[in-house]
Amino acid sequence: MTRRVVVTGIGVVAPNAIGVPAFERALRDARSGVRAVARLRELGFGCHVAGVPEGADDDARRTFDADEVAAMNSNHRFACLAALEAWTDARLPRVERGDDAVDWDTGAVLGTGIGGMDTIAERVVPLTDTGKVRRLGSTVVEQVMASGISARVAGLFALGNQVTTNSSACCTGTEAIVQGLERIRSGRATRMLCGGSEGASHHIWAGFDAMRVLTRASNDAPERASRPMSASAAGFVPAAGAGVLVLESLESALERGAPIRAEVLGGAVNCGGHRRGGSMTAPNRDGVRRCIRAALADAQVMPDAVDAINGHLTATAADAAEVGSWAAALERPPAAFPAITATKSLIGHALGAAGGIESVASVLMVERGFVHPSRKCEDPHPEIAPFAAAIPRALRPMPELRVLAKASFGFGDVNACVLFGKWTP
Amino acid sequence: MDQTEMMSKVVAILTPYTKNGDALAHVDATTHILDDLKVNSARLVDVILAFEDEFRIEIADDDVDDVNTVGDAVRLIASKVS
Repeated sequence: MTRRVVVTGIGVVAPNAIGVPAFERALRDARSGVRAVARLRELGFGCHVAGVPEGADDDARRTFDADEVAAMNSNHRFACLAALEAWTDARLPRVERGDDAVDWDTGAVLGTGIGGMDTIAERVVPLTDTGKVRRLGSTVVEQVMASGISARVAGLFALGNQVTTNSSACCTGTEAIVQGLERIRSGRATRMLCGGSEGASHHIWAGFDAMRVLTRASNDAPERASRPMSASAAGFVPAAGAGVLVLESLESALERGAPIRAEVLGGAVNCGGHRRGGSMTAPNRDGVRRCIRAALADAQVMPDAVDAINGHLTATAADAAEVGSWAAALERPPAAFPAITATKSLIGHALGAAGGIESVASVLMVERGFVHPSRKCEDPHPEIAPFAAAIPRALRPMPELRVLAKASFGFGDVNACVLFGKWTP
Repeated sequence: MDQTEMMSKVVAILTPYTKNGDALAHVDATTHILDDLKVNSARLVDVILAFEDEFRIEIADDDVDDVNTVGDAVRLIASKVS
């Protein structure tokens, strides 16, 4: 018998709220975290709006030692703040830096999509190319190494189990949860901090803007810019932040009397192989459907038992295909379709952090029995219109919510899906 | 700038890197930067850069090898400033 895995802690740094209580209110109120970013306009980007967490830098300065903060870029600050909140939420003790005890049973899979691009752009390139290499100081490597975020979090909590950073573009955060689930199930770890983080930098977003996948249609109305599932969706809104879950074996959670927010019923990851319509930038629909089906099988959940979906749903042309894939994978016609919402309608697309932040939202929805409104879908895409009744325009209380499916899909034709279940003692 | 003022500026620069608050409270010229203040050796690079910025000097890599105590740092900086 495999070990059951539960969520005992969550932490979030999101564009519309920092911290779980404020984030839950923002979800219920459908508060947008998308704002105008003057720098993008000045630099000639097509997209002038973004979702950037407000106040996280000050929070980091208040929370962490000065030498630690001096060695962090925005990606590190977001990841560490979210991880600390998740750790505290799980009622785990904060360890002192001088304490030599190592927690050999706890690890971390904390992913990032792009990594320390701001450090590279603002320090490495200008200083190196002007012959000032020694002015880089000692903290550049840890800020640009992909594993910098998980390494830093390991130091905060003296983690001694596997500590790694995964990277699978926009499904990174969700993939991290699947990896943590597998590690705990197999008995190799008791507890894993899992999720994703992405820094806030126009240098990260520039390439997406050049691809014309960022919206240019709502520069004067930031709160209307992120419009998943709508006919007027014109591209995604770039965003940043972090979302972290403490996954723990049920046995350990019960033994220490930890709060249990939800159960991780199962999950799956795969790749469409860049075939059958899939490519570096487009999903193979068969891959998406197989991933969702594999997650259901892993969780031993029947397709008709899924009560709600928190989709990937970025506000691009791929939304209609995604809804179609959910309908096919779950074998649910529009009349029997589960509630479906897009956290990106509130915060934009936080890339490698998206799966982490949206999984925090998913856990809250399962735990508290609601589905948050999906903003700016007054005009559903024609292919999505038959499913319109499943999209909450207002807060939808769902005390009967038992199973929620969260999926993320990414460049590289990669997919990840997790099923969260309501925990009842 | 007299040595006392220089010493206090050196200590201020070292403070965020110090892991041993007790040693910092009783700091003097003989205080060892790594052994007593428990500064991470990798961060000495950043401490030296901060010295350069604060005192508007340049410190060669070879000079850094001779800096072990707070007093060593003050002497090195004083020699460069003058």
